[in-house]
Amino acid sequence: MERKIRVLTAKLGFDMHNRGMSVVNRALRDGGTEVVYIGNQFPEGIAETALQEDVDVIGISSLNSASSLELMERVMGIIKKKHLEDKLVIFGGIVLPDDVPKLKEMGVNEYFPPGSNVDSIVSYIKENVPQ
Amino acid sequence: MDIAKEVLNGNKRAVSRMITLIENKDPVAKEIINELYPHTGSGKIVGITGPPGVGKSTLVDQMIKEWRKRDKKIAVVAIDPTSPFHGGAILGDRIRMQDNFLDENVFIRSMGTRGAYGGLSKSTGEAVNVFDAAGYDIILIETVGAGQVEVDIAKLAHTTTVVVVPGLGDAIQTMKAGMFEIPDIIVVNKADLTGADDAVMELELMLAWAPKIEWKMSVLKTIALENDGIEELLDEVERHWKYLEETGMLYKREETRYEEELVDLVTENIKESVLKEIKSNGKLDMIVKKIVSRKITPYTAADEILAGLKPNK
Ligand code: B12
Ligand SMILES: Nc1nc2c(ncn2[C@@H]2O[C@H](COP(=O)(O)OP(=O)(O)O)[C@@H](O)[C@H]2O)c(=O)[nH]1
Ligand SMILES: [Mg+2]
Repeated sequence: MERKIRVLTAKLGFDMHNRGMSVVNRALRDGGTEVVYIGNQFPEGIAETALQEDVDVIGISSLNSASSLELMERVMGIIKKKHLEDKLVIFGGIVLPDDVPKLKEMGVNEYFPPGSNVDSIVSYIKENVPQ
Repeated sequence: MDIAKEVLNGNKRAVSRMITLIENKDPVAKEIINELYPHTGSGKIVGITGPPGVGKSTLVDQMIKEWRKRDKKIAVVAIDPTSPFHGGAILGDRIRMQDNFLDENVFIRSMGTRGAYGGLSKSTGEAVNVFDAAGYDIILIETVGAGQVEVDIAKLAHTTTVVVVPGLGDAIQTMKAGMFEIPDIIVVNKADLTGADDAVMELELMLAWAPKIEWKMSVLKTIALENDGIEELLDEVERHWKYLEETGMLYKREETRYEEELVDLVTENIKESVLKEIKSNGKLDMIVKKIVSRKITPYTAADEILAGLKPNK
């Protein structure tokens, strides 16, 4: 057996801040995981890709706090509908301070705000990836 | 979930899971492959190869769209290089295939090479068979595109398309680098750029020197970004299938493919069992020490190891 962790990463909706995403993608690659990067996508596309690519982790990025929460709610909804709850879901970027607990309530496993150390992102994934 | 049965039913989740099992070399994959194999053989395999950046992914996206109009069910295997340093990979071909994300009859799977050279991954052939068994009519494979040594795709695919772009004499370089044997069809993509007609002409001149076979290879122009020339490309691919069927070459191609795969399987198996045997009891370490202290030469050591092996049942 030669298992490799597969991670789907996406920019949420129309958010064009892609520097953080690129840094995270590279850190994940250098950490030995396979990253399927799909650029900007909406919830339906993210969930369907997670299914086809059979990823272990879904990593979503948005620095647009105006739409982050609502779109994430839809992402989590479709993940449930497609029975993909076994995947680890992480979110990076900006949400309104009041919204941080709501992310976890809707089922997001972890939130990484600006300034997060990328190595800690990689080790979080390695420690928490579903078996 | 009975994966084999669900794959045959076309269940996407089962297909997806099965490819992971194959990639991870999970022992259960072998049994499932055995169950699926009798149900393969009807899908057509199309390879898209050529240097990075020529527009392979964009072209694949358009080909999917056009074949959907012809009511075909399409699977794509898109391969990107695995980093030799960390074993990780960024698989980015899918970004350019966004038009077909949500089509029920399209399935796209990204793969890292995971140590294989030759432009494919070791699991590509088996993934293709999973899609075939699941009822996909056409399986498109986008190779890594590292350039010159990607002969493997020609052995796996029924039809191989080499993609080049105008300018820089790239086209010619590609063809010179032993790529003559590979294509059934040559595409000059980015025909919106200047020099496209020159590239076509140069390639056609070179083809005049190619070894003569019954299939007359043609050079097509496309602008993948504008969906220009794609219908003609599909017509040519389908014409090639017809040629393969009418001349019996379809069987020849599959013989080539499976001879290659069988030899690989046997070699891999022998290698693994030999390594297991000599590593298990510290034998390898001992022999290496003898080699380093000049008590024995590497060749004699190898001969001794092979002579001492019990034949494997
Ligand atoms: C650079 C920048 C831009 C550039 C983006 C260039 C590019 N290609 O990325 C440009 C100029 C284009 C831009 C445009 C806009 N921007 Co701007 N931008 C910034 C700025 C200054 C830095 C962002 C950045 O690159 N950071 C560096 C990277 C490395 O950090 P990061 O992205 O945060 O990523 C880290 C974490 O968030 C996390 N992470 C991120 N993604 C992911 C994904 C996963 C899976 C994980 C695990 C972790 C993770 O890990 C990373 C490493 O620590 C921020 C201010 C700031 N300090 O954040 C504003 C900021 C994000 N922008 C802002 C705004 C408002 C805009 C515009 C709407 C401005 C306008 N009115 O036009 C537009 C929106 C464009 C669009 N459609 O999205 C606001 C957002 C406010 C809010 N709360 O929503 C900010 C916060 C500025 C502010 N204080 O007002 N912006
Ligand atoms: N001008 C032009 N650019 C194209 C065309 N097809 C693709 N491209 C661009 O070429 C770049 C590489 O495309 P991609 O499909 O990723 O190439 P690949 O690396 O071969 O898969 C992208 O920026 C595409 O938008 C085309 O027909 N004309
Ligand atoms: Mg590509």
